[in-house]
Amino acid sequence: MIRFDSVTKRYPDGTVAVNDLSFEAASHQITVLVGPSGCGKTTSLRMINRLIDPSEGRIWIDDKDISKESPAKLRRGIGYVIQQAGLFPHRTVVDNVATVPFLLKQDRKQARAHAMELLDRVGLPPQFAKRYPAQLSGGQQQRVGVARALAADPKIMLMDEPFSAVDPVVRAQLQDEFLRLQAELGKTIVFVTHDIDEAIKLGDHVAVLRVGGKLAQFATPAELLSRPADSFVAGFVGRDRGYRALGFTVADELPLHEESAITLGSDLADAPRLARDGWVLVVDAEHNPQGWLALTGVPDSALQGEVTPDLLNLGGTLAAQGGTLREALDAALSSPSGRGVIVDDDGRLVGTVSPSEVLARIEAHAEEARHAPAEIGTS
Amino acid sequence: MSPWTYFRDHQSDVLHWLWTNAWLAGVPLVIGLVIALPLGYLASRYRWVYPPTVTLAGLLYTIPSLALFIVLPGLLGTQILDAINVAVALTVYTVALLVRVVADALNAVPSDANSAATAMGFTRRQRLFGVELPLAVPVVAAGLRVAAVSNVSLVSVASVIGVPQLGSLFTEGFQTTNYAPIVLGLILVVALALVFDGVILFGARLLTPWQRAVRAR
Amino acid sequence: MNPTLSFSNVLTWLNDPENWRGADGVLAHLREHIFYTLIAVVIAVLIALPLGLLIGHTGRGVVLGAGSANALRAVPTFGLLILLVVWISPKIHAKQEVSGLIQQGGLAYLIPTEIVLIVLAIPPILTNTYAGVQNVDPAVRDAARGMGMTGGQVVRKVELPIALPLIISGIRSATLQVIATATVAAYLPFLGGLGRFLVDGLTTLNDPHDGYPKMVSGAILVAALAVVADLLLIGLQRLIVSPGVSGRYSRRKTAPDATAEKTSVQDITVDLAGA
Repeated sequence: MIRFDSVTKRYPDGTVAVNDLSFEAASHQITVLVGPSGCGKTTSLRMINRLIDPSEGRIWIDDKDISKESPAKLRRGIGYVIQQAGLFPHRTVVDNVATVPFLLKQDRKQARAHAMELLDRVGLPPQFAKRYPAQLSGGQQQRVGVARALAADPKIMLMDEPFSAVDPVVRAQLQDEFLRLQAELGKTIVFVTHDIDEAIKLGDHVAVLRVGGKLAQFATPAELLSRPADSFVAGFVGRDRGYRALGFTVADELPLHEESAITLGSDLADAPRLARDGWVLVVDAEHNPQGWLALTGVPDSALQGEVTPDLLNLGGTLAAQGGTLREALDAALSSPSGRGVIVDDDGRLVGTVSPSEVLARIEAHAEEARHAPAEIGTS
Repeated sequence: MSPWTYFRDHQSDVLHWLWTNAWLAGVPLVIGLVIALPLGYLASRYRWVYPPTVTLAGLLYTIPSLALFIVLPGLLGTQILDAINVAVALTVYTVALLVRVVADALNAVPSDANSAATAMGFTRRQRLFGVELPLAVPVVAAGLRVAAVSNVSLVSVASVIGVPQLGSLFTEGFQTTNYAPIVLGLILVVALALVFDGVILFGARLLTPWQRAVRAR
Repeated sequence: MNPTLSFSNVLTWLNDPENWRGADGVLAHLREHIFYTLIAVVIAVLIALPLGLLIGHTGRGVVLGAGSANALRAVPTFGLLILLVVWISPKIHAKQEVSGLIQQGGLAYLIPTEIVLIVLAIPPILTNTYAGVQNVDPAVRDAARGMGMTGGQVVRKVELPIALPLIISGIRSATLQVIATATVAAYLPFLGGLGRFLVDGLTTLNDPHDGYPKMVSGAILVAALAVVADLLLIGLQRLIVSPGVSGRYSRRKTAPDATAEKTSVQDITVDLAGA
């Protein structure tokens, strides 16, 4: 657990980067520091591993005052990931990952073996081990950076905009894999970003900072969306708050309808029998939905041969059975047939749901939230 | 005896040596630049020309000056004492240094500027004289300053084989164990080098008015 | 009357084994020349390398480093040599002799010579070292500190290996200048080195077997020594610089964003500083 206790950072020219900041980053959870440029988020992060020291206030890690520890020793127990990765160009990928174990004088062979495991964990094939950073793409370098931070198995990880320097597609992949990794490892992570969507997606708790280094709000992402503390936070969190908040509610109690589906490769002539409202869902041999077949206005004579992928309309998204209301709504709205496809954890068809049914559930949910006890008079 | 006294006593000799030193350093500079520009251009334009050219240039630059001063008379058919050997040797060094600088300077011109020029309809020749060369001036000038300053001080090495120029002040001082000519020589050589340096710097500033505007901001 | 200078007897001179043996032979003078060069370069590296690393790492004292290389280029080394010899040599009374390397009485001239050689060798090494360290990507330096390396470890394990190409380039430049100036030092009495052939040949120009041919042979030998030294250092660079830094890995890249191969203006400026 990391605790900021009235921390202030003032520079000789008078600028105040961090102003009386107090919060607690819970153990085994991801705490995101987010805010516009100049809000002191990176400064605050760098005070945790003492790359910067506070002018006032104290920082505690598990009830130990970090100002009392030697900086180099402190840092070897904290994983540090930065935006441009900062990989050592003169070392191979595997030696980069093994940097801190080498520093800690661990057995080199073991350290390298462990590094290879970590490379696999972050999704890099073993051939990359002997390559040099300059031979890797930006996204690959970032993965190595994460592996390097994990090498000495630190309890705490500090991450400074680690995914900002890559393109959006790669960024989304890295974020998803990062969440998967954290689910396995359960580190205490402090994460800095300027992107509120990233903060909401990744954070268990989010600290919104304003320019000048003051804390505007410290809350869970759901609270941030539903109850922003002031107009600055509301503005920073941005539009579509209602819609984005749907991403935090599990889609339970949705009425699922059975959906008859035709398998790829089977006879097209069977399609009209299975169709409803001129559309039939197509699945593969494992019963995973592949797309929709449109039959409106198609004469029976044209239905010759097999059901092939090139005939399919791929318009709808798929929602997982235990997923959020947002996924369910999107599946229902984007489906060309008007029927949102719901699948289980293995991607197999479970059933369909209509947009109005999802909306009814959303409304019921909102009704419950509205009638929860008000908090006037509480802190 | 002070250097100034020595100067007064040997004025005509010293001035003659100063003049010799100046043209022995200056003429190779000009000729060297004139030769290096097209060679450097070719090296930047044709990828396969660059490595052998730069390697040969590096090799030539590696040869110690005294060695070159001595071998050239045999090649050129001149006498050992002929100042022309020094001039030719320094031209070789100037070319060797500048070819690489010119090639690299042209290669360092931002490709955006070149693309824009071509897209606007510049011919290759217009692009070279209108875009690439002007943008290459600062770097080439820096190389030219290095060549100029080295040339001026390299000339004095020729005293070992007896060519009369400012270096003669050093041999004189050694043979008569007199500080005055030595100090005088050092002052004059450094001053001459600084003059060359300043002239080139000034010339470069003249050719790059856009840099002046940036500095003035 | 000066004889016309021809190359006709040079090969004869070089092929004559008598010219290679003895205290005044090629091997002896070669040994001396290498000896003079090594002392100067090694001492210069011992002074300039740590200093350059310090300046580059802390970022303090840059002005001192930058100015020195350029300023020194304007000073004629021959003049400096003479000045120091006239000043210091009479004060050295040591008459030691190191067989094969230093003649009796030579120490008085060798010491001022070595001082000049060292002063000559320091600026290229110093400038290139601190430029090399300064060129290290700030993100890499930040990551190194952030992972828990002490200042000294950052210098030794990160900045030095990355700056190595520039450092070795500086050492090459310094070595060439020292070899060239050591040649000139043969003007002084009691000093050996390959320059001895160049200077001695002047006095026997009239002898077509021992005058100009000796001088040209000396010139060829010096040039060859310079080239070999340069090649050795380039070889050293290939050996000790990490492939990740030199770019010497198979171009079978996985990334579309190749590191820029164009020379930047900064690279050229640093090149010139060491020229």
